[in-house]
Amino acid sequence: MASSRFIITVIGSDRVGIVARITTVMADFNVNIVDITQTIMQGIFTMIMLAEAPQDNFDLAAFQEAMGAEGKNLGVEVKVQHEDVFRFMHRV
Amino acid sequence: MLINPNEILETIQMVRMEHLDIRTVTMGISLRDCSHPDIEVFNENIYEKITARAKELVRTTNEIQSLYGIPIINKRISVTPIAIAAESCRSPNFVSVAKTMDEAAKESDVDFIGGFSALVHKGATSGDLKLINSIPEALAGTEKVCSSVNVATTRAGINMDAVGLMGEVIKRTAGLTADRDGIGCAKLVVFANAPEDNPFMAGAFHGIGEPECVINVGVSGPGVVNAAIRELENPNLTEISETIKKTAFKITRMGEMVGREVSRRVGVEFGILDLSLAPTPEIGDSVAAILEAMGLERCGTHGTTAALALLNDAVKKVGQWLHPQ
Repeated sequence: MASSRFIITVIGSDRVGIVARITTVMADFNVNIVDITQTIMQGIFTMIMLAEAPQDNFDLAAFQEAMGAEGKNLGVEVKVQHEDVFRFMHRV
Repeated sequence: MLINPNEILETIQMVRMEHLDIRTVTMGISLRDCSHPDIEVFNENIYEKITARAKELVRTTNEIQSLYGIPIINKRISVTPIAIAAESCRSPNFVSVAKTMDEAAKESDVDFIGGFSALVHKGATSGDLKLINSIPEALAGTEKVCSSVNVATTRAGINMDAVGLMGEVIKRTAGLTADRDGIGCAKLVVFANAPEDNPFMAGAFHGIGEPECVINVGVSGPGVVNAAIRELENPNLTEISETIKKTAFKITRMGEMVGREVSRRVGVEFGILDLSLAPTPEIGDSVAAILEAMGLERCGTHGTTAALALLNDAVKKVGQWLHPQ
């Protein structure tokens, strides 16, 4: 794995505080936002973030679990996936 | 953003709504060095070899599943056809070998183990016959063991004696598992032109031209192809073919990435990626639905074979392009 960058997608209905609460979890894990964008996919609110995780002592499973739990509280689906999956699928 | 948001959404949508998944990561393990005249010793040898080689397979595969967020449905093992590896055993049948394979699969936590197999397309050795005659009892007495017998090749023709024998074996296998819906037969494949590096069950085995240990990956995505074709507006045949190729390309690349990462982490070379348009019971994950998306009024009508040929041709071209070997 060349980098420790992740694509975080938040899918669900829009409401106040989604960004604030999701990014709080990210800050707790020392995960930095490189880029952020919002769009509508088939009528559903979608936020995409490119994030960078620290090189040392980063617990991906715990981060994914915390993000998933916060998403559940907010009623949205949160996915954390390594960026390579997107890069590989669409680029040669 | 370096990666286009639309591409990210496309990938997410493929997984969320169109059932794109890695159907299987299969570790092929050679058992040729396990041979021994005493079947007890042989069984010990294969148990040790399989469990040692596959020790990290499931844990690693699960890690990669969560790293990439792509579901990996099955983890499997395939081994050298037992008729070859156990040929020198002096025991009258090979049922205990299947039981040992079953135990090794359970210890490794994989979903299936394939390779209780014989290749008899031109003729059967005594070991082949012992194996074939052991199949009904072997499949009735195990959970995870899969069996296959190759009875024909394009070059050698069809071994009709083997075909006849397999007819009886299938009936006996069904009979022995009659109280469980004949499940034994769901774990048995009779092949013509069996591939040596097939990651899919029940027909997976580790061919004799294969390396010591290898990771093969099977990907499936009829739902994705179906959705991509349905998005086209009044397409001509070339546009359909192009869309299938582009979609198959993306699915294949994803499978390749997973395969390479698993193989790197477990320290085993990467073998092949098998893109199968095998359907699942999920609604929308159907090959017939693809053919109907291509313009058939109903699958089975005039032109079904032509549509299927177009689909297969487009998928195969992607394979040749990505992996010319």
